[in-house]
Amino acid sequence: MKNHFASKWGIIGVGAAIGVLAALLQKLGNPGNMGICVACFERDIAGAFGLHRAGVVQYLRPEIVGFVLGSCGAALAFRDFRPRTGSAPFVRFVLGIFAMIGALVFLGCPWRAMLRLAGGDMNAIFGLLGLIAGVYVGTLFLKNGYNLGPAKKTHPAAGLLISLIMLGFLALALIYPQIEGQPKNDILFYSLKGPGAMHAPFVISLAIGLGVGILAQRSRFCTMGAFRDLILFKQTHLFGGVVALIVAAFLANLAMGQFHAGFAGQPVAHTQGVWNFMGMVLAGLAFALAGGCPGRQLFLAGEGDGDAAVFVFGMIVGAGFAHNFGLASSPKGVGPHGIAAVIIGLIVCLGIGWFMRKQRA
Amino acid sequence: MSTTVDARGLSCPQPVLDTLTAIQTTRDNTITVLVDTEASKENVTRAVQGKGWRVSNLEENDGEYSLTLTKS
Repeated sequence: MKNHFASKWGIIGVGAAIGVLAALLQKLGNPGNMGICVACFERDIAGAFGLHRAGVVQYLRPEIVGFVLGSCGAALAFRDFRPRTGSAPFVRFVLGIFAMIGALVFLGCPWRAMLRLAGGDMNAIFGLLGLIAGVYVGTLFLKNGYNLGPAKKTHPAAGLLISLIMLGFLALALIYPQIEGQPKNDILFYSLKGPGAMHAPFVISLAIGLGVGILAQRSRFCTMGAFRDLILFKQTHLFGGVVALIVAAFLANLAMGQFHAGFAGQPVAHTQGVWNFMGMVLAGLAFALAGGCPGRQLFLAGEGDGDAAVFVFGMIVGAGFAHNFGLASSPKGVGPHGIAAVIIGLIVCLGIGWFMRKQRA
Repeated sequence: MSTTVDARGLSCPQPVLDTLTAIQTTRDNTITVLVDTEASKENVTRAVQGKGWRVSNLEENDGEYSLTLTKS
């Protein structure tokens, strides 16, 4: 069966659809230039469960649940479900932790970096340049034999586990919805102010999440892969998707009055260019070593990749570290220990890239 | 003679990297690439086109793919 979504126009269409849907989610209540942000939303989920107690970023974002379940459904429907695991899971967990820390120093994953740019936030340029630099370093390791080794087939139930967990998250969000004005409903924490308090209606977020999950699983949409393939193979296939995302989100933002160009006063962003850059160098390197952007890791997890699932939960744990220990930035600038964390993260990721090479025959 | 690239279980972009390395180093006219995800199958197919190679045969067996690449 020919997969039309994986064609050139397929990936461009998917990128454009994600761009428009992200702008729409922002219009419907998600935070500024954060219609979709995988890192931010996983951070909010970590907050919803109290894994960190930053009061402004706690909400069980249904988009993430939708991404995994949509991907899982599409993979099952199109016989693309491949339960597999065992390719250096703990390394992937550590990469997930530092990917999240880097993303939270910048304040966004690659998806949000593009949406920030499409909304006029010029600080995103430093983030995107950092992402490209980090991915570039990752490609050097790939060229030199970096390889975490093969995954093995596993039980279908093991491949379904993350989707079942997401169903559990969904059930919790439905059983314990926010009570007006209350910061906690028995189990789940809710933000009363800040980005965590800003969200599109639950059902719409979930529906768009499911749709994006299906589209991205079929098309293999990957923001990091776009730059990696361009640098490594001079291949523009995935790149077409991210360009379409930026252009479509830009046009949709213009149409909805959400485009505001400038550096200062941008929503959920700071103006420390060096650390916007360096945060994303770290994140980009971690994504490249793990083989996919945070969105792609969710879609891979949904289609049965247990190692991607480990990366996802590494990111959620990383969000806990980032907000408990003052590593995450805020609109005021980098956190008190953010710079130290980026440096440690770079040393760890460079070490992973350097020491985990297979000698080529 | 035929070269075989076993990229089963490897995560992105390893199957493509290994295939392109084989294309550069082999003297054979045929390369067999083994992958186990649909995405890897698509990526390898896309990568070899434009390098003067094509997928001349594709076999699926229990979720694994065997791609036969030949110089076009």
